[in-house]
Order: sequence, then structure tokens, then C-alpha cells
Amino acid sequence: MNPLRKAFENGPAFIPFVTAGDPSAEKTVAYVVALANAGADIVELGVPFSDPIADGPVIQAAGLRAFAGGITVERVFDIVAAIRQQTQVPLVFLTYANIPFKYGYERFCARCAKLRVAGLVIPDLPAEEAGELLPAASQNGVALIPLVSPTSGHRLAKLTVHADGFVYIVSALGVTGTRDGFAQNLDDLIADLRKVTDAPLCVGFGIHTPEQASAIAGQADGVIVGSAIVKLIADAPDDLAGLAEYAGAMANATHSGRGQA
Amino acid sequence: MTELKDIPETSETRFGDFGGQYVPETLMTELEKLTACFNEAEADPDFQAEFHRLLNEYANRPSLLYFAKRMTEDLGGAKIYLKREDLNHTGAHKINNVLGQVLLARRLGKTRLIAETGAGQHGVATATVAALFGMECEVFMGKEDTERQKLNVYRMELLGAKVTAVTSGQGLLKDAVNAALQDWAARPEDTYYVIGSAMGPAPYPAMVHAFQSVISTEAKQQLQTVEGRLPDAVVACVGGGSNAIGSFAAFIGDPSVRLIGVEAAGQGVDSGKTAATLEKGSAGIFHGMKSIFLQNGDGQIDKVYSISAGLDYPGVGPEHAALQASGRADYVGITDDEAVAAFEYIAKMEGIVAAIESCHAVAYVQKLAPTMRKDQIIICTLSGRGDKDVAQIASYKGVAL
Ligand SMILES: Cc1ncc(COP(=O)(O)O)c(C=O)c1O
Repeated sequence: MNPLRKAFENGPAFIPFVTAGDPSAEKTVAYVVALANAGADIVELGVPFSDPIADGPVIQAAGLRAFAGGITVERVFDIVAAIRQQTQVPLVFLTYANIPFKYGYERFCARCAKLRVAGLVIPDLPAEEAGELLPAASQNGVALIPLVSPTSGHRLAKLTVHADGFVYIVSALGVTGTRDGFAQNLDDLIADLRKVTDAPLCVGFGIHTPEQASAIAGQADGVIVGSAIVKLIADAPDDLAGLAEYAGAMANATHSGRGQA
Repeated sequence: MTELKDIPETSETRFGDFGGQYVPETLMTELEKLTACFNEAEADPDFQAEFHRLLNEYANRPSLLYFAKRMTEDLGGAKIYLKREDLNHTGAHKINNVLGQVLLARRLGKTRLIAETGAGQHGVATATVAALFGMECEVFMGKEDTERQKLNVYRMELLGAKVTAVTSGQGLLKDAVNAALQDWAARPEDTYYVIGSAMGPAPYPAMVHAFQSVISTEAKQQLQTVEGRLPDAVVACVGGGSNAIGSFAAFIGDPSVRLIGVEAAGQGVDSGKTAATLEKGSAGIFHGMKSIFLQNGDGQIDKVYSISAGLDYPGVGPEHAALQASGRADYVGITDDEAVAAFEYIAKMEGIVAAIESCHAVAYVQKLAPTMRKDQIIICTLSGRGDKDVAQIASYKGVAL
């Protein structure tokens, strides 16, 4: 079983996202450690890509700051190595297909395994193309995390056949960014997914308030928070206490249902 | 001579090792519907009849295959025929593809069209066909390109389209494609993305191939009529590769015909300020496709440069990547200076103001023709007319207008 599954054993998981290298390698290490200490069950680390077509302005800007700070794929692995000296929080990478493709799928997945990066979220690698990465991923015990969207409809079974980490439900159309409303059919989507997979279902894209987090945690197995965290970092890069406070509140909201079932 | 083994194998979504559908899940259902719709339309005589009626009655096809007598004499080698896509309605080959795709959009019940544009020609063609069918239209164009191609921005607005200037990245064609893909993912239900070149996720490259192949289907017949034979070489400029694939299509299976795509080398293939993707790029995954891209060792997409807003794209359609890999087609680079010289040359020699994109092909013909025998024949595609470029070329030459 993929180690990510453990993160869901006690109930809904809180999964914050930060962009690696935004604004520097040292800061990213500090943020991830702070998030883990504040109650994150998994941390998603963005590996910057020059043209992040699934990301809105907030995460795009984070990528630009990371490039300005000299981020490279090699340095992302260095960041993970530094994180690993301080916390064993489960990590997944979010990146675009060209990054592991260019690095070499086998080499990339082997590197991930060595640093205990347990999963990959790749928005531009849909089920139709995942086959080219899957052998390298599974041989190295790295989960390829499928994305499911409100438009997936009849595709759910196909999308989740290889879901050994968790399933990432994109809760809204369009790009990443904080939102107040989510796709109307989210409840139905979750119910339909439960029929085809027993993998944990995590919801992301737009979640930013504790109220939203606890509402989502009432139905799903995980709450992914990206743009809200990245924005906090952008606005106050030195305010680790502020980041820990916000993450703590989101973690508590996500965990509030634990033990009640 | 090309042998049959040089033709890349194709599958539903691939050309050789290239192609595929590397897009977010949100768009996959749309691509499934589009693929089914395109396959149906290809086999539907009514669709084909309507498409060809529009090409002929609205877009002014067939376009002329014109014998460039003065150029031929001046260069002193192969006979040069120009395939005159510049004479199409809206002034470029782009309209062929747009008419086909918009008919598909209607079949799919879409009401809103979006497009990316570089030089503005594809945006103008899309805005035009949107007006023709009374559809809503939004065109994404890099901020830098809206400055270089002001005339086309105004033309699109005149036609009723909304033009959105894209400020991310370098504000060029690549960034316009990013913005269009994002808009499509936000509104897939009512929106159809009219991709303007032979690129993007399947089925777009095959679709654009199908709709642009009218260029070579006509040219083959026209040359047969006047010369009773096949050409020895076909030359076309390559941005994403739509006019080139349209110019090659009918000849791919004719091993004696050399196929040559001409990319924009900018200030030189090795200058670092270039858009010569197939000469300098490597395999990668971007904009929905596996193809060849200008990128660094990490897979970050490079900045590109060319005087031509229609050619400065860091990638190329997957079928061209496959045709290069198999050896069936050759790709060469032409610099800004060479293209500008060709712009002036063909104007003075043949009385044709051709698009700066097309002049990259013309510049290569100036080099190629003298190396060939007088009984040999080159077809060079003039993908568009150059009115849009006059102001910019004047300023390149230091002429104040
Ligand atoms: C006149 C003209 N030719 C060529 C191109 C390049 O596109 P493609 O390679 O798809 O033909 C453009 C693109 O804007 C254009 O306007």
C-alpha cells in the first residue's frame, strides 16, 4: 500500500500546497516544516514549470518568484532532502508533464522514491497518456494521483483504476485560485466516485476558509488548499507564525469531524 | 528518394512518437466529443459539401497556382510556382481551417468561439467566420503582438470580436495559447476553441491537416494541368505548421517530392534569439502535445524571437516532428534579415506583397532554386499577404511612415 493511505487513517486529511523555491529554497523548507507542525497530513510541493496552464494568477506568480530565486528541478530535490532532515510528513509533487518527461520518467520516479516523495499530481497528464509514466511510478512505489473534474462524467472508472494514493477532485472548472462557490454537482461526483474506487477522495481548487474546509471534510477524505496559502506567503514571506496559525485553523476545521463517525 | 518507410505511422492520436492529448482532465470530455464529431463529419458528404461550398463561395477558392516567371528567370534554376493562399478572403490560409472547425463547433452546439493569434491572421479569420455565423468570439493575443499587429487588432474588433491582450510570459503566441486553453477549461460547455495551427492535443493536428490539405490537393491538380507532372520540391513556412502540412499533405505519399519546411531563425539558429524549433529543439510535452520544443535542460519552455509574429512559437505541430524524425521532410531556418530581403524581392520581382511569415519560404526558395535544374519544379506556398507587415518592415528598415 502506498504510504499516502496512512495519512487518511484517522479521518479527513488536510493537504496544503506550496511552490518549491517561492521565494527561496530555505523559506520553502521552513514553510513545509511549519505546515507539518500545524497539522498538515500531506504537503503538496509545486515543482515550477514555465507555463503552468492549470494554475491561476496566484500560483503563476509563485512560480515566477521561484524562478527569480533560481529554482531548478535539481534544487527542488535538494529542498526535499533538507525537509526530510526535519519532518517525515508525506509529500507529493505537483508539476507538469514536461518536467518528469525531460528528467526521464524512471530517473525522476527513482529520485522521488529515494526522498520519500510518495505521489505525483500532473494536471496535463490525463488517463489517456498516464501509461507512459505509470510503469516507472509503480516500480518505484510512487503514486500517480488522478485528477477528476466536474466534467469527467462517464470517465470516472477509467480515471481511478490506478488510484493507489488518493484521488484529486478538481472542485471547479478553470484554473486554481480561491473561490467562494464550487461545482454544483460536487456531492454527486463524490457519490459516483465512491462507487468505482475505495481510494481517498480529496477536494481542491479554491478552498480558503475553515467553514469551507469543514464542509468539504464532511463529505470527502481530504481538503487541499493551494492558492490561499501561496497568497499568504506572497503577502508576508517572513511571517511563519501567521502561516502556522492559518494552517492550524484549516487543519482543525478539516479534522473537526474526526472520531465522530 | 523517399521510401515508404519514411512516412511516420499514425494512430488515432499520434504521428510516430508525437502527438497525444496532454491536457487537463477538464478538457478530456470535450476532446472525446470533438474527436467523434470530426470523424463523423469526415465521412459525411453533407458536411464535406458545405465545407467546400464555403471554401469556394466565401473564401475564394481554389487559390491560384501562379508561375513566377521573373523570379524563375532571375534565380536561373528550377521553375517556381507560387500557391497563392494570400488571395483567400481575409488574406491567409488560416480561413480554410477556421471554416472547417467552426462547422464542427456548430455541429457540437457551441455558441462561443475562442482563438489564439500571433500575427492576427488566425484571429481575423476566426472573427470573420464568427460574424458569418452570428457567433460570439473572443481572441487571445499576446500584448507584444497586439503592438506589432495593431491593424489586425482593429480588424478583429471591427468584425465584432473581443480581443484580449495577454500579458503573461513574453506576451507572444505561446502565452496566447496558454490563455485560450485556460479560458476553454473555465467554460467548456458553450465554448469551442478554434486552434489556429496544426498543433495542440489530438484531434486538432489531424483536423487542421484535413482542413488545410485543400492547399496541396488543389496545387497537385493545378500543376498536373499545366505541367503534367509532380513538383520536385514543396516549400512552406512553419510556425505551428498548418500551411506547411496543408502544402505537404497530398504529396507525402509521393516519394519523389521533397518536402521542406522553413522556420524562423530570428537572428540566427545559434544566436539564442530564434524560433527555429526543429533545428534547435528537443522532445517535450506542452500545449497538449508531445512534440519538439525550444526548452532548457529542465524542460522549461524557452523564450523565442522572430521578426514574424506568426512564426515565433517555441513548439511545432507533432506531425512535423514526426516527418522530421522519419526523414520524410526537411526543416531549415531563415533569419529576419533574409526574410526581410525576400519581402522586398518578391514585391519588386512579382508585384506581390507577401506576409513576412511566407517570405521565410520565399527566402529559402531564393537559395534552393539556383541549385536545381531548369526542368525541375518548386511549389512555394505564399501563406498570406503582407499588408499587415508593411509598417513593421518599414520601421525595421529605418523608414518613418
Ligand atoms: C500568413 C501566415 N503564414 C504562416 C503562419 C504560421 O502558421 P502555420 O505554421 O500554422 O501556417 C501565420 C500565423 O500566424 C500566418 O499568419
